Amino acid sequence: MSAPTIDRATFEALKETTGAEFALELVDTFLEEAPVMLDDLRGALSAQDADRFRRGAHSLKSNSNTFGALKLGAMAKELELSGLSKVLESAGKPLDELAEEYSRVAAALTELKK
Amino acid sequence: MSDVRNDLRHDLRGAPARLLVVDDNKVNRLLLTRSLELQGHTVASAENGRVALEMLRREVFDLLLLDMEMPEMDGFQVLEQLVNDRKLRDLPVIVTSSLEGIANVVRCIELGAEDYLAKPVNPVLLKARIGASLEKKRLRDQQTELVRRFATPEVAQDLQDSGFSLGGKRVHGSVMFSDIRGFTSLAESQPPEETIELLNTFYALMFDAISSHGGVVTQMMGDGLMSVFGAPVPLADHCDSAVRAALEMVELIDLFNIERETSGKPSIRIGIGIASGEMVAGYAGTNERATYTCIGDIVNLAARLETHTKVTRRAILIDEVTRSALGEHFIVEPLGPVPFKGKSAAVEVFAVDPGQEH
Repeated sequence: MSAPTIDRATFEALKETTGAEFALELVDTFLEEAPVMLDDLRGALSAQDADRFRRGAHSLKSNSNTFGALKLGAMAKELELSGLSKVLESAGKPLDELAEEYSRVAAALTELKK
Repeated sequence: MSDVRNDLRHDLRGAPARLLVVDDNKVNRLLLTRSLELQGHTVASAENGRVALEMLRREVFDLLLLDMEMPEMDGFQVLEQLVNDRKLRDLPVIVTSSLEGIANVVRCIELGAEDYLAKPVNPVLLKARIGASLEKKRLRDQQTELVRRFATPEVAQDLQDSGFSLGGKRVHGSVMFSDIRGFTSLAESQPPEETIELLNTFYALMFDAISSHGGVVTQMMGDGLMSVFGAPVPLADHCDSAVRAALEMVELIDLFNIERETSGKPSIRIGIGIASGEMVAGYAGTNERATYTCIGDIVNLAARLETHTKVTRRAILIDEVTRSALGEHFIVEPLGPVPFKGKSAAVEVFAVDPGQEH
């Protein structure tokens, strides 16, 4: 996976079309919501709720792509498609990788806000 | 007609579009709302399907932007509910989703969604799709409004429910023919303007009497009206209803005559024929121009009975089927069998007494 942490063109386009101020507020919303989504994915994993898992991955995918976090988006898409069982097989490892990538995204977005 | 159309166009274009955005994801919801507001729309939002339906049933929206993956009630369930809701089923829906798989897109379209936009939504595409959807809705609203003005509410509803198709279905009902006695000589003795005015008053009174008893006027021919009770909407006591309408018509004409006499105009008389039974009701004509009408023996019989009022000098004549279904409270007098043209056997004819001297 060679997708960038944040695709600058996508992020600039977002600022361009919605206004810079709004885009930065939206980043804040994402930084509040994404950890909740990651928690929700872990919750779905331990409850073995495949539906909830797929929905969580779906939401994260869609938000990631909005900000140009293409790698995070691709990882989430992978989880949405492969589903809960694959993650269970590998003892939740994909979720750890997802969380790591999110940390990078959060740092990059926070940097871009400045 | 063109005035009506222009009025409508003005009404519908003047109003700013009210959109409802439904998405459980806060980022998506805010983003979509923002994009739409920047395009000049008024936007409300809901975080799941259940909340959205509540809002749709409470307020008026021009368009719905619907996410599919949602807790509580997902987009598919919303689409299903909308299809089955008479008031909401024409609401245009654009699905905004990042659902994987073409099968899901197909399912949305099959459930009546107008369009499908993949997330993240491209703003230029969004604008174009919304513009097209709103324009289509405007045309549809215009059509609905024109149908409402030029067809009876029952026929308009029937068209909306089952769509337009030529051909009919068998129904049980009563058919009524009515016209003004001696209309031609009356029309010749006065200026045409006065005749139009007379006809308009006559129609207004007759339509009122007929529709207040559940009847539908299907044809207007000069001074004559054909109306049907029991189609397109079934009517349990169509015979009673038709006869009650007839009595009210005679009564209204009596009142109208008092008014005419005081202004020195000749009074008018009407004749009414009613026959009941099975007939075929539906749309006849071409795909371009059609009317709602009823076909069958009883239609011919009702027309003959109406004509026969000239001979009997009784205002309301009915056939045996109608009479046998009537309640006790009507004063009905048998007039014996009458050989009608086109009928192999003579037909028993009955007069309904309006209870007033004629």
